[in-house]
Formats: sequence, C-alpha cells, structure tokens
Amino acid sequence: MWEYTDKVKEYYTNPKNVGELENPDAVGEAGSLVCGDMLKIFLQINEQDIITDAKFQTFGCGSAIASSSALTEMIIGKTVDEAAKITNQDIVEFLGGLPNAKVHCSVMGKEALEDAIANYRGIEKKDDTDNPVICQCFNVKEQDLRNLVREKGVTDIYEASEYSKIGSGCGKCHNEAVAIIEDELRKKNENSNKITKTQLVLKINKVLEGYISEHLRKDGGDIELINVKKNKVFVKLCGTCGKCSMSSHTLKNFVEKTLKEQVSNELEVIAV
Amino acid sequence: MEKRLVYLDNNATTKVDEKVLEKMLPFFSEKYGNPSSMHDFGGKVSKDLAVAREQVADLLGAKNPYEVTFTGCGTESANIAIKGALEINKNKKHIITTKVEHPCVQNTYKWLEKRGYNVTYLDVNARGELMLEELKEAINVDTALVSIMWANNETGVIFPIEKAAKIVKEKNEKTLFFVDAVQAAGKIPMDVSSCPIDLLGISGHKFHAPKGIGALYVKKGILLPPLILGGHQEKGLRPGTENVAGIIGIGEAAKLAKDFLSDELIRVKTLRDEFEKGILKKVFNAKVYSANAPRVSNTTNISFEYIEGELMLLHFADAGICASSGSACTSGSLEPSHVLKAMGIPFTSLHGSIRFSLSRFTTKEDIEYALEVIPPIIEKINGYSPYQKELRELKELRNF
Repeated sequence: MWEYTDKVKEYYTNPKNVGELENPDAVGEAGSLVCGDMLKIFLQINEQDIITDAKFQTFGCGSAIASSSALTEMIIGKTVDEAAKITNQDIVEFLGGLPNAKVHCSVMGKEALEDAIANYRGIEKKDDTDNPVICQCFNVKEQDLRNLVREKGVTDIYEASEYSKIGSGCGKCHNEAVAIIEDELRKKNENSNKITKTQLVLKINKVLEGYISEHLRKDGGDIELINVKKNKVFVKLCGTCGKCSMSSHTLKNFVEKTLKEQVSNELEVIAV
Repeated sequence: MEKRLVYLDNNATTKVDEKVLEKMLPFFSEKYGNPSSMHDFGGKVSKDLAVAREQVADLLGAKNPYEVTFTGCGTESANIAIKGALEINKNKKHIITTKVEHPCVQNTYKWLEKRGYNVTYLDVNARGELMLEELKEAINVDTALVSIMWANNETGVIFPIEKAAKIVKEKNEKTLFFVDAVQAAGKIPMDVSSCPIDLLGISGHKFHAPKGIGALYVKKGILLPPLILGGHQEKGLRPGTENVAGIIGIGEAAKLAKDFLSDELIRVKTLRDEFEKGILKKVFNAKVYSANAPRVSNTTNISFEYIEGELMLLHFADAGICASSGSACTSGSLEPSHVLKAMGIPFTSLHGSIRFSLSRFTTKEDIEYALEVIPPIIEKINGYSPYQKELRELKELRNF
C-alpha cells in the first residue's frame, strides 16, 4: 500500500478539471496504455499567451490522476512561457510529496505539458531517440548508465543505483537497465580480450627473436624489429639476408606467415 | 447505504477463525513448553502437534501424518520442495513449470535457470487453463522436476493436477512432481494419496489459520535434504523449534476447512456468481476472461476495460471494499500481472483487472453492498479515461 498525502487523496478522490475542451488551442499526450499510464491534456490559450483553461483525461493510478489534476490547477492563469518552466518537482511539491515509486506520474504530467506547448508553438518535439531516458523517476539516460559501466566499473543495477539512484523509484526500468548494463559489460569484456599495443609488440618480438631468428641464423642472416604501427610490422633483415635476392620471398612466405600464425592473422610485414 | 467493511481479498489473506484462535491461545501461556523437552510439561505438547499433523494430513488426503512437515509459509514449502527435489535428481538438468506460477515458484525457477538449468515454462490459454499436451511433450529423460500450481491465485482457475501427475509419471517415473496448493487448500477436495503427487505445499493464512505457518507434503519414500540446517525437528527437514501455536492453528483450520468444504463449494460459489453476474449486468466495460474455466468457488477476476486498477482500488477502499489488482501500479515492481499477460489479455483490460476473493465469512449483505457501491465508482472513473471514444463504442457493442 502506498502512502499518499492528504492532498494527493483529495486530488484523486475529487479531481479538478477532468474532461476535454471542445476547441482546444493545444493538445498534449504522454505515456501509453501499454505501460499502464496515459495522459492527455487540453489547453485554451488567449491572445496574450495566457492559459485560460486546462482539462485532462488520464488512464492511470491515483497519483497519476492527482498529478494531472494538480498540473491543470497550476497552469491556469499562467502564460505559456511561465507554464513551460514548471518542473515535475513543482508538481510533487504542490501535492505535498509523492511516494518514490510514483514520481514518474509527475514526470508524465510534465511531458504532456511539454507536448501540448510544442503542439501550440507548432514545433516538433525534441528527439531523444539516440539517448532515451531509462529511469523516469530520476531522469537517468541510457548514455549516463553506459558511462557508469565504462568509467565507474559498475557491474549491476544495484551498483549503478548507488551512483545515479537508477531503478530505486518505481522500478519500472529494471529490465531495461539490466539489459543495458549487460550489453555494456559484454562490450567491455570484448575490448579487454583485445591485447594492448605493448602486449602485441612483445609478442611479435618474442616470435621474431625466437623461432624466426633461429631459422635465419642458420643461413647466416638475422632479423631486427624496427617498429609496429597498427598491423604493420617494420623489420630490418641483417647479415646474409640483407643482401639476399630471395629476401622478399623470405619476408612474405616465412616471416609474415609465421607471425600470422603465431600472433595475429592481420599482420603485414614490411622491410625497411 | 451505510458504509461497511467488505473484505473481498481472501486470496491475499484470511481472517483467523475464532475457533482456531481459541485452540492456539493456551500454547502462548500455560502450555508454553518445548515439544523436544524430556520433561512432561514440554513433552505433552508434542502430542498436540501430532494431532495437528493428523488434521493437516486429513485435509490433504495424506495416508501417513509423517508425510506432513510444518514450515514457515507457502514460499518456504516451495523452496524446500524445489531445491530438495533437484538434490535428489542431481544428474538431471531440465525442469518444467507454468508461466502463471506464484513468485515463490517462478523466482526460484529463474534463480535455477541462471545456475544452468534448462527450463520449460508452459503456456496457458486465453481462459487461463493449462494445456496438458504441452506438458506431455515437454517431459524427457533429463527432466528432474515439474512444478504446477493447483489453483491460480489471481484467476482462481483450477489446473487438472491429478491428470498432470499421471502424465509426469507415465513419461518419466524419476521426474518429481511438486504442487503449489496454496490457493486450493480448503477450497477444493484434495486427495494426494490417490494420485502420484510427490510434493505439495500449503499456507495456513489462506484458510483461516494465522500467518507464519505452512506445510509441505512429502510422499513416503522420498527423502528430501533440508534447506536450513539444525536440529532434529520435523525429521530434520525443517529444523528449528516448532512454531507450536501456529501448528495447532493450521491443524484446527485444516479440520474446519474440511468440514466447511461443502459450504465453500455451494454457498460461497452462489455468492461469487451473484456478484459476478451483478457486476457484468451493471457495468458495461466489465469482462471476466476466466468465466468458462474451472475455478475455485471464491475467486473472480473482473477486467474493467480502459480504466486503471489502482485508482479503482483506492475508491473501493474509500467505500470500505477491499480487493486487489493485477495492475502495474499496485505492485512493488510496477509490472502488470504475469498471469494475465500469459493469458494474452489485451492492455486495454490488463491494467484494469480486479480480483475479488470471498471466504466462508462473506455474507449476502456484503455482496449486496458491493454491488450497490462498485458500479457508480466505475462510472465515475470511466469519465477520467482518455479513451472516451472506445468506451462509447464498447457501450453500444454490449447493448447498454
């Protein structure tokens, strides 16, 4: 059972401004039936840009009704600019507080209002598809969550919550957040399987100085590692090899082949 | 109509029967001895526990009272049964359950899944019924355990447990069969000895015993390992000093439940049906998805389309009516009911589903009051919905 303040109770028991306006100047929507929350807001706006009337229809719980009703009360008499400045926290305060798990209801009110104002001003709603909000209650975006995994070493939703409070409100985002964390961990794991450049150089050098050099020395030649740039291995053939007419053949068919087999298939050997 | 408290949430918990309470009280005061003690003062109590064990065995239809182990609750019974069964069938890695189990089974299965078990979750149809052919197909040589509830807590739909038990054993006699009978105990006649059920869990507070006491039936011949370790109590399967008063309570409640079974079956069913019919007659956007499935006689799950459950419950509570909802907003997780989702109930109805569950203490006056109070509340909340067009169409469609 949720603990609702008297004001919330009053607003869901006898909500104000329920219904629709016949010829609204703006209509806004937020939420969806699938999530169990859906809010429509209708505004009447005069020439001075003042909201003269507002009504709402909400499919939602007690706090959703109370938040919607409170919002309409708060914006009537305000200019559109003033109304646009109202935050979900203002709605929560107006109601004397909401249970943590229900803060998203006030966010929905705020979103419906934004939508209505955008509709009134004839602008497209800002596109958040690249970086959607995962946790509505504490406004944690997907990128924030991914950064926590990458930079703070977070491995599960509980650790992520210590930094960002994600998932500690309504909990609706749990599955999505867990999926994102797991995805990011997988990426991180893949990256850590890749060896660093130093490790690569050491590995190449070991093979060159060991197996390859041993073979070349039998013919009085030798090889020296000069540099490694990305996948390109720069080497210097010494001794008899340096003067050998077959050196390019040795380079491709023996040195490069061996490095490809023993270090990485992507390596290319270049003589300097 | 004068406001009154109408408790229609008996699948959540029930009132402790006064006769039960009366039997329990002496065990808090003059009979406080420990049944394990050597002295008579304590030792005598073990005789009272033996009576309670017989009473519970009788309700379940268990042949031997020692097949009954007392536990802390239905959840604990399920955990001991499931984890214990897998210890017995250690080399088997496939387990089966349904998509509509109580979280005590569902979450235990998810936990096992993470630890490498291969899980089959059986579907239900649109009425919430289990399809036995699917069960039959799912069982193989590697199947360690099948867990199926006897009656669903949200819809009241009864699963054909006797048939399921036979199917399990026909397909693989080594596969163990656990039944979560928490919502069936005291609501339908049970006879575990007549069918091959290996393990079965019940919870006292769902049939007028107090909270904090449950029982697990373990068929003779199955030696389950305990979940928690300790002394010899409950044959070592559930160590720890017995919850004596609770055990006396569940024993007495089991006896009363068995006596009342005919009453539950007829009087409560009549009241439930009257209520359901009344709501469907008075409220155009009400629908009962499980109406044609076999159901326990005390439960109805009514979906009020295009409106939200928590808001209804809040208004019902104001009017004195206690019920519960499958709506996302009422649960701690804010996820809508997995049971109704598994039935494929559309979102337009899912969030507005209300479970009303009666008991032998529900009266005709209670139902009359509820039928008087609920329709105007729904009418009012319909007015808040953003789906006015859809509601108007529905009203026409249903000839209101």
